Amino acid sequence: MADQATFAAEAMQYAPQLYSGALRMTRNRSDAEDLVQETYLKAYRSYHSFTEGTNLRAWLFRIMTNTFINSYRTKQRRPDETELGDFEDLYLYKNLGTLQNAAVGRSAEESLMELLPDDEVKRALEDLPDNFRLPVILADVEGFSYKEIAEMLDIPIGTVMSRLHRGRKAMQKALHDFALARGLVTAEENG
Amino acid sequence: MMDEETTEVIAPRDCNQTLRELDVFLDGELSDEQQAAITHHLNGCMDCLGAFDFHAELKSVVAQKCQNDEMPPDLLAKIELCFGTDIDGDGEIG
Repeated sequence: MADQATFAAEAMQYAPQLYSGALRMTRNRSDAEDLVQETYLKAYRSYHSFTEGTNLRAWLFRIMTNTFINSYRTKQRRPDETELGDFEDLYLYKNLGTLQNAAVGRSAEESLMELLPDDEVKRALEDLPDNFRLPVILADVEGFSYKEIAEMLDIPIGTVMSRLHRGRKAMQKALHDFALARGLVTAEENG
Repeated sequence: MMDEETTEVIAPRDCNQTLRELDVFLDGELSDEQQAAITHHLNGCMDCLGAFDFHAELKSVVAQKCQNDEMPPDLLAKIELCFGTDIDGDGEIG
């Protein structure tokens, strides 16, 4: 059983990660602040139920994810049937990969870091419908395992995998469209 | 023969099979044997290696660019005030 007296010392270090996660979930600063505060308050109150030695960061994210789903998520008529276009696999790679390789004198990672501005990456993620956005945030931003994500979202691992796959593809389509709008790639290259 | 033992090694992957496992490979969710089979294919296939490299980088770029937000300076203090209220149990902050 975890002691509430040690809560701040153990848990506050994760506040910056929780805040970024909350921003990606709620998509606005004021809700993100509220969500993080509410998460810490709930975590503090139920800290006695946290098993010491297990993953505190995952436990906090689980509380935050549940709080978001119950109180903040945008109202959707049919939450499990959110429409998301179907795009071919490797969409961004096929359209951006050649351009990236053509970048002279740079490592591949530097050029991808430079090709994709922060705000476009954030927007591509934040524009995903909740059902796809949450698994992508938890996997790709926070680095949780399929099993951890399945437990946080209370869905089967197979569903986590398929939503991740579709969510990532939609994100890549959005990143491509942003690049297209900036004139970085041209429509003709899409073939 | 010893073949029965050694056939435990998972069969080689072709490009389609390899690309189908791209997500799961990059997420580190394959067994050691499956991981090895993919790595074996990637060592001999520049096309698949290019796709895997690209998506590994993209994943890293997304992670870096989506968690660099600056926390509002007073957020930590606000949270700690919440604890203060509860610790006292007197309904007052501090």
